[in-house]
Amino acid sequence: MGILEVKDVNKRFGGLQALGNVNLSVAENTCHAIIGPNGAGKSTLLNCLVGKLIPDTGSVMFDGQSVLGRTPFEINQMGISRVFQTPEIFGDLTVMENMLIPCFAKRDGSFALHGIRSVFSETGLREQAEQMLEEVNMLDKRHMHAASMSRGDKRRLEMAMCLVQKPKLLLLDEPTAGMARADTNNTIDLLKEIKEKRNITIAIIEHDMHVVFSLAERITVLAQGTPLVEDTPENIKGHPKVKEAYLGEAA
Amino acid sequence: MFGLDKKDASLLLIVAVLVAFAPFFLNPFPEGSAMAQFNAGYPDLMQRFVIFGIFAIGFNILFGLTGYLSFGHAAFLGVGSYAAVWMFKLLSMNVIPAIILAVIVAGIFALIIGYVSLRRSGIYFSILTLAFAQMSFALAYSVLTPITGGETGLQLALNDPRILSAATTGGNIPVPALFGFEMRSSTQWAVGDWLFTFNVGYYFAAIIMLCSFYLSIRIFRSPFGMMLRAIKSNQQRLNYTGLNSRPYTLAAFVISGMYAGLAGGLMASMDPLAGAERMFWTASGEVVLMTILGGVGTLIGPVLGAGLIKYMENIISKINSDILHTWFAFLPDGLEDVVVTLIYPFIGKGWHLTLGIVFMLVVIFLPGGLVEGGQRVSRLFGRKKKAHDPKNATTEPAE
Repeated sequence: MGILEVKDVNKRFGGLQALGNVNLSVAENTCHAIIGPNGAGKSTLLNCLVGKLIPDTGSVMFDGQSVLGRTPFEINQMGISRVFQTPEIFGDLTVMENMLIPCFAKRDGSFALHGIRSVFSETGLREQAEQMLEEVNMLDKRHMHAASMSRGDKRRLEMAMCLVQKPKLLLLDEPTAGMARADTNNTIDLLKEIKEKRNITIAIIEHDMHVVFSLAERITVLAQGTPLVEDTPENIKGHPKVKEAYLGEAA
Repeated sequence: MFGLDKKDASLLLIVAVLVAFAPFFLNPFPEGSAMAQFNAGYPDLMQRFVIFGIFAIGFNILFGLTGYLSFGHAAFLGVGSYAAVWMFKLLSMNVIPAIILAVIVAGIFALIIGYVSLRRSGIYFSILTLAFAQMSFALAYSVLTPITGGETGLQLALNDPRILSAATTGGNIPVPALFGFEMRSSTQWAVGDWLFTFNVGYYFAAIIMLCSFYLSIRIFRSPFGMMLRAIKSNQQRLNYTGLNSRPYTLAAFVISGMYAGLAGGLMASMDPLAGAERMFWTASGEVVLMTILGGVGTLIGPVLGAGLIKYMENIISKINSDILHTWFAFLPDGLEDVVVTLIYPFIGKGWHLTLGIVFMLVVIFLPGGLVEGGQRVSRLFGRKKKAHDPKNATTEPAE
């Protein structure tokens, strides 16, 4: 039984069957990649996991509880953190404030009315945030406006914001999309480090095969809304069905 | 000091000094001189400065921090006024219970309107609040006449019960007071040609304004304030970080509604009557203008904006064509008439035209409002001083 169990999930948008009978099991403390050509339903699947979309049929269980019908903030409080395709951070706030918000969410839950005491009296949370920034080598940037940073830094900040919550499951939506090769390699190194240091399950959606094969322990290939195969990276590489899905019948 | 960092504490101190000595600052011209009409140091106007300052400070907690533009905040001000006048009618002429009730009633009102309106964001939220405010206006103006006095407004009467204090004082309707200090009583102090007026109501409202200002600084610097700014910055990220934005925005809405109720209660305390026109949509628009003019999301901006608009409303609207003719009397006759004709549309009842031009200039050239203007001026002087020492140019943000 994996930490994340997706069973017979279907999702239609009008006449388009975006997901058809998707079954997926992500084992605890592994890195599971979901790959597939454009329009395979990867993002739809991810949105079903975080509460943005509700599947028409089927069930999504996380850590023994159903996530269906829950809002994104409730699902985050259950232990799923999400990294977006384009980094979603609080651009108007400083890097330090960006880090403190997930710390507050972790400690105080989805709503707490601390209207009088200063943010800077929260030394415990500040230390936690600084430690996390140190880990991603961004401590020197803590006073910067988040919006003024480079894309790579925004990505690292977003990742740090997710990790500081110590999630049980980290969902990555094409974390290296649009990145330069050097930045991509940095991200891979960062993710490898995260995997080694922490007990964390990672589910990653990715286009870049280089990233997938250097990180994932299991790979699910989606095509036209249905999983084609699920196997280890070694077996996926030479799989004829995968080649067919990516390159078409002729290949 | 008071749990504030150095910068905020000095800002609070400056505001406190300015407010305390406002009767001097606002009366720079001697009585009877040609410039005396620019004096703003009379009780009525000074009270309005601080009361609308409170209104704008509260509005800024919602609009400045969360970015939710409410177009119906005058409703809370009006409700506060009615609540306060009813307290004067039923309980006593002491202003304390009146103001407390005004704040509570406005808070409950804001909770209901906010709960419904905050289901939508952006322009839909603005329209919902506007609709609610106009409905409140319509209710107050006609439907609820027994409670609100309708067109004539709610006024005190000789036969009001006032169970805790004398219903009448010597056959007259008593005036609002704070434990015997009448709000309208003033002391005047003549220094040479200058005449300074110290009014009990003004200082009472000023102290409450300083407390409100202090509270708003604390809210700005608190985790709650940080969450509100995060809502403005990226609500999606906030939701995916495990935070529910709805109760945060609702709390901000209720707090700013209570500030408006406080302002309404104070208005009624200075002059114990309440009318439906206080809830009209133009009054809601005015507080939006004040906040934008002063600087959205800044601490002091809304107070400056409120001051500027109230100054223009009261001073420019008083200038008439005779005064213009005396100003330009030094010009040759024909030219004098031309100049007066050109300026005339912008004074008197045309003060809105001047306000509109000032507003456009500020929004186009100083998007950060008067506060940004002040920062630019101080940077201009700062650069000259520190030109030889580039290290000082980058300052560490305060923690």
